[in-house]
Formats: sequence, structure tokens, C-alpha cells
Amino acid sequence: MYGKGLRTLSIATVATLALALSLTFFYAPLDADQGFIQKIFYLHVPLAIVALLGFVAGGVFAVLHLRGGDSRWDAYSYVSIHMSVIFGVAVLVTGSIWAKASWGHWWVWDEPTLVSFLIVFLMYATYYPFRYAIEDRERQARYASVFAVTAGAFVPLNFIAVRMAESLVHPRTFATANGGLPGEMMLTFLVSLAAMGLLWTTLVKFELTAKSASGQLKRLRRALDAPAPGGASRVAPEVS
Amino acid sequence: MTPSLVAFRAILGKDLRTELRTLQSLPAMALFAVTTFVIFRFGLDRTALSGSLASGVLWATLLFAAILGVNRLFVAEREEGGFDAIRLAPIDRTALFAAKAAALLVYLLVLEAIVVPVFAVFFLDSAAALPPLALVLLLADLGLAATGTLISSMAVHSRARDLLTPLVLLPLVVPLMIAATGASEPLLDLGGPSYERFGTWLAVLGLYDLIFLLVGYAVFDFLLED
Amino acid sequence: MLALLSSLPIGAPALPLDEAGKYVAGAYVVFLVLLVVYVAIMAAKVQRIERELRELAGFAEARSEEKAEHEAEVAEVGGG
Repeated sequence: MYGKGLRTLSIATVATLALALSLTFFYAPLDADQGFIQKIFYLHVPLAIVALLGFVAGGVFAVLHLRGGDSRWDAYSYVSIHMSVIFGVAVLVTGSIWAKASWGHWWVWDEPTLVSFLIVFLMYATYYPFRYAIEDRERQARYASVFAVTAGAFVPLNFIAVRMAESLVHPRTFATANGGLPGEMMLTFLVSLAAMGLLWTTLVKFELTAKSASGQLKRLRRALDAPAPGGASRVAPEVS
Repeated sequence: MTPSLVAFRAILGKDLRTELRTLQSLPAMALFAVTTFVIFRFGLDRTALSGSLASGVLWATLLFAAILGVNRLFVAEREEGGFDAIRLAPIDRTALFAAKAAALLVYLLVLEAIVVPVFAVFFLDSAAALPPLALVLLLADLGLAATGTLISSMAVHSRARDLLTPLVLLPLVVPLMIAATGASEPLLDLGGPSYERFGTWLAVLGLYDLIFLLVGYAVFDFLLED
Repeated sequence: MLALLSSLPIGAPALPLDEAGKYVAGAYVVFLVLLVVYVAIMAAKVQRIERELRELAGFAEARSEEKAEHEAEVAEVGGG
């Protein structure tokens, strides 16, 4: 039962998001350096952290899938990666807006975390063409899990390499240094982080429920010996 | 000798002998690389390269030439039932991974033995950088061999195999390329090789190799399941 | 004067509020748009599921009607 608890989760998400937004604009103090622009931090960074954790979760589910063979783990892995890629788009766009506002360019190569994230995003974006190019469903699921595990191992290496490549001449930092966040900002940040985490989880559950409904529909169709609907869809992971 | 080791040697031997006899991949890879150098000469409008430009041209070219080799790695297994044979044999299946990765490593090393001197003749003013560069090449090749074998073994079962391999492999080797070019750039400096952060970059390369060899070893069994 | 200048934080100067506001608003708008687009896509999926369920329900009902008719026929033939 994928839909169980979805309503509670959604309510919790909305409440936390509302709280996070209120804190961002009415409670958190103005940053001395960046001024009002810094408010993007409360959106961009939680999105990024949640997206990365989502990729890790995708990898963990993939390992569980490989070891147990239960296709449910494969569905979890697929949707986790899917959601994190979508969040990734939001991270890159908000990061770009922040860069434009801060330094006048829509993209900067010497912000190592943003660049690392771009590479991770590009890596995981290949998950879909890769997955759908393999026709046999079971093989597709297995290979997708291998991909998710390999990509998971890739993420920390990528961050290390990009950070090392950062020009030592003019380091730029987006976030105020982790050690230097005053209390009010830290609280706002943590609430925003929780909100994004809840949002990610709610949407993942939502998508899993929809997939499950589609799966049950196919099952019903098969049981009734009913004719298939028009328009064959590509071999997508099935949730039963 | 364990049966897995026997299998490893047999598969590696077969691959190398086939390549020697048919010369399917290596000449194409080498030719591709040299032609790419010429394209770069005109594209960048330069007749001499040093530092970051030299490093970039060399590594980009080697990477794309490597992909040509990676694409062909498992084609014979796929078309002639090699996968089934491995599955049925009472050996550790990762022997196939090890043998194929070793074969790819050999191809890359031979490719570089031919192509890097050509690069030096075309663009460099001295060969002083070549010995330390060889070390960087070796470490980078190990990483390319591990990841290339892993991706190729999956892509061979797909529809768009020639498209899929570079698509998935390129982002995957970005950290490898960062480290390889990072180490090579000071080596190819105009005044003579310098070793700025050389050790650190080599360490990153080593880490990359270790991690992906382990990952390949760990997951390859799952790839061969029917 | 120089002392004052040297105490300024080195980094990006803060934009005036109205300009900064546009960028911040832009970022939040992007987030919102992505969220709404996602919900719209899911809504389309749910619509399709509902349509197919309706079809299947009709199909199942038609089949059970047929079956009932058939059984009635058989009963007639057997009884008559």
C-alpha cells in the first residue's frame, strides 16, 4: 500500500514549507555581505542537500534490489533518482539566479559545489536513456540498480576532484561559512531543510502511488482478459 | 592455478590474439586520435601547445579514442554467446570483468605508446614531460578500463549501444579527467615539467581506480544473471 | 576615509532592495513553477488511470451481463 499516510505527509509538508517561508522572510536577519540576495540560500541549499541525499537513497535502494531481487526496491530507486533529478533542475536554476545576482554572470565555473552538482546531475540524467534502451524488463531493472550504485560511488569522488581543481587564486563561496551562521539563520535553514526533505518524500510517495495504481490497473486488465488500451508505452518499471 | 585464473588468462589471451590478428580496434583508435590532433591544430589555430591547452587536447583526444575501443569490447561476447559460456562455467564470473578490463587496459596502453609520441612531435618542444606523463597515463588508464568495462558490459545489451556508452561513460570519468589533466598541466609547462600537486592528483587517480575496480568487482555478477 | 573603506566586507556588494527582490522572487517562482508542472503531469497520469478504470469497469459489467444472459438461456433450454 503506497498511498497510506500520503495525506498526513502532505499536510506536514505544507505546514513546514509555510513555516520555512515565513521564517525566511520575516524572521531571518539580513546578511551583511549579500543583503536580500542571500535569501535564495534558504531555497537553493536545502534543495541541493535533499537532492544529493535522494541520490544516495536511490543507491541504497538499488543495493537492496540487487541483493533481494524484490522489484519494489527497484521502483523506490527509480522514483528516488527521478525526484532528485527534478530537484536538481531546481538547484541548478536557483544557483544560476543566485550567481547572476551576486556576480553578474548566469554561471560561474569557480564555485566548486555548484559545478560538482552539475556533473552529478548530468550523470544521473543519463539514467533514463540508459534504462529505457534496455528492453528486457528484468535486465533493465538490474542494470539500472548497477547504474545507481556506480553513480552513488561516483558522487563523493566527483566532489573531491572538482574541489581540488578549484582555482586557488579567487575562491568564491556562496554560503556563508558553515561555522559562521548566526542562530536565527541556522534555525531558518534547518526548517527549510526539513521542508524540502518532507516535500521530496511526499512527492516520491505520490509518484510511487500513481505508479502502483497503473500497475494494479494492468493487473486487473490481465485478469479480466480485457483488450489493451491504445498506444503502447515504453517498458517502464512496473510497480505491483 | 584456480579455474578462475585459468579463465582469466584464456579470455585475455583470446581477446589480445583476436585483436592482433584482425586489428579491428587499435588502428582505428590510433588513426582517430592523430586526425583529432590535426583538427585541434586548426581549430585552436596553434602549432605549439603547452600547459593547460596541451593537457586538454591530449586528454580529450585520448578519451574519445578510448570510447571507440570501449564500444567494441563486448560485441563478440554478445554475438557469439560468450556471456552464456561464462554463466555456465563453474568459475567466478568476475574473471570476465577482470579479463576484459585487462584487455582494455592493454589497448589503451598500446594506443598511448603510439599516439603520445606523435602528440609530442606535433605540439611539444621537448620530450621531457613524457616519462612522468607515462605514470599519469597508466593510472588514468586503469580507471578508464574499470569504468569502460562496466558500462560497456551493460550497454551491449541495449538497443542504442554505440550511443549509450559515451553518454553514460563521459560524466562518469569526469573526476578521472580532472585529476589526469590536473597532473598533466604542470608537466607540460613551457619551461619544463613542474610537479605542482603531482602527488595529490596521483592520489585522486589512485582512489578513483580503487573505487571503480571494487565497484566493478562487486556488481559484475549481477550483470551476468540471466 | 581609508580606514572606513578597508572595513567594508570584501565580496559581492549588496544590490539595492528592489533589484535584489526580483532575483529572489525569480528563484522562488522557478521553484513554484517546477512544483506545479510536476503536479500537472501527475494529474494527467491520474486522469488516464481513471479513464482506463472506467473502461475496465464497463467491460467487466458487460461481461457479467453476458454471462447472466447465457446462464438464463441455458436454464431455459434445460427446463423447456
